[in-house]
Amino acid sequence: MGAFVGMVIVFVIFAMFGFSRNFLSIAGFANWMNFASTVGIIAIPVAFLMIAGELDISTGAVLPASAMMLGISVNHYELPMWLGIMMTLAMAASVGLVNGLLVTRTQVPSFIVTLATLFAVGGLTLALSDFLINNTNVSMQSPDWAKALFGTRYFGFRSAVYWWIGLIVVFWFFLHKSPWGNWVFAVGGDPESARNAGIPVNKLKIWLFILCSVCTALAGMCQVIQFNSAQSATFFNMIFFTIIASVVGGVLLNGGFGSVAGVVFGTMTLGIVQQGINYTDIDRNLSLLIIGVMLLIAVLMNGTFQKLATSWSSSKKED
Amino acid sequence: MSDTQNVLELRNVDKSFGPIDVLHKISLSVKAGEVLCLLGDNGAGKSTLIKTMAGVHAPTRGEILMDGKPVSFSGPKVAQEAGIACVHQFGGTFPLMSIGRSFFAGVEPTKGWGPFKVFDREKANEIAVREVRNFGITRIEDGDRLVGGLSGGERQSLAIARAVYFGARVLILDEPTAALGVKQSAHVLRIVNEAKRRGLAVIFITHQVMHAMAVGDHFAVLIRGSIAADFRKGDRTREEIADLMAGGESMIDLEASIEG
Repeated sequence: MGAFVGMVIVFVIFAMFGFSRNFLSIAGFANWMNFASTVGIIAIPVAFLMIAGELDISTGAVLPASAMMLGISVNHYELPMWLGIMMTLAMAASVGLVNGLLVTRTQVPSFIVTLATLFAVGGLTLALSDFLINNTNVSMQSPDWAKALFGTRYFGFRSAVYWWIGLIVVFWFFLHKSPWGNWVFAVGGDPESARNAGIPVNKLKIWLFILCSVCTALAGMCQVIQFNSAQSATFFNMIFFTIIASVVGGVLLNGGFGSVAGVVFGTMTLGIVQQGINYTDIDRNLSLLIIGVMLLIAVLMNGTFQKLATSWSSSKKED
Repeated sequence: MSDTQNVLELRNVDKSFGPIDVLHKISLSVKAGEVLCLLGDNGAGKSTLIKTMAGVHAPTRGEILMDGKPVSFSGPKVAQEAGIACVHQFGGTFPLMSIGRSFFAGVEPTKGWGPFKVFDREKANEIAVREVRNFGITRIEDGDRLVGGLSGGERQSLAIARAVYFGARVLILDEPTAALGVKQSAHVLRIVNEAKRRGLAVIFITHQVMHAMAVGDHFAVLIRGSIAADFRKGDRTREEIADLMAGGESMIDLEASIEG
């Protein structure tokens, strides 16, 4: 529960510096929660992949691609909203499928595979938007039901926040309660043993890649419906945000360990440092420095934990 | 042949990879409640032989029989379903998972219904701890402990208990004592004895003659891909076996060659 303690420490420090600037008000809370929700929806499936020993950095391109696709199909081609949403989710699922197939069929590390799809999807988004609508940005108007579902505010919190909360419950159940969660840990812990134990390792990984892309698409759609516009530029920061949220949340970079609660606290910590800082007296420019230091501490702590858990047996071997 | 039937038998098994012959005319058999020790130096073809028995490789020639009936395994999973379990040095356990979760990886017990089936932690922990304790590892009491915190011998025992619980009849142990100290090895050897007492056919691969002598009923020495010797307990002395493993050279010859 180091992630929770870390978040509380960050929160208390920021609350001290932000007391006079409304950090503790609903508006201040909603501000960084809104930011955190977009990252959070993507960060949990990214963490699943990390636990299973893989990495997905193509999220940075799938996010704008989904936003653009929905915008273009609904605004420019005047397709019905539900069809646009379906098509966007299908597009994202196919990107995930390609990622998953490439990673499991070839021996290329997932970092390189998804780096390639990151640039491919990013380039394709730019080129296609330019070709189709002669513009790299698109504005759109959504029907009321879509607005209510994906892009409005309730009590100051964006719809995405509620999606995030819902997904946290579903994902927590998946990872920690359902038998499939056990498979994710086993695959990341020792793929060979997992395969011997009868776990369909490749299938599981492919589904996790699809899940990751689809969740990214959900976040992208929430954004375009919320702001009535989308940009096609690849959002490189999202890659770092999701990975930082996972690592700060205690997920091991080499797989086999992590928790949904940890990733949620990691995301919230990131949200406080990245956005909540605007509501405090702390210099905004320091947020990157704080994130960097936090990440380093988290990685060191995760490493120590792993050593404690595994080295005991090897030191015992001597006696 | 004899009163009890062979659980697993290999008849004149050859295995070659392209032009390279790795195994020639291997004939072996193991009965229920018997420990067959497979001895051999590095590169003698032990791993290829294990993989052939475990269904990873299909034999180039010859046949494999289970309970006297010819079988052919299309993959390791098929062999597993037939009751052949292969336990590698640290295989089958996951360092950062709890004992209960690791024990049931891939075959999780669930409770609840429909999409709300949940992993039954209490049941998994209870069974895992009980099975391991039945093998004499009394230090394990809490199924929530991480596997990584166990000693090498305990992890090995956990893997063996797991294989037995899931219906293994032939247990192939690939150098289980290679990385262990004396005490931990004794641990594992005790578990081999327990598996034998329960009527499993055990194939114990090692290059430590002491460990083989301690539990083996039947010994086969593998040299350059063929069986150089096949004998029962008490037929040979330890020195003879050690000499056999060194490729037929006696210890005296070896000493002479070292001193040059």
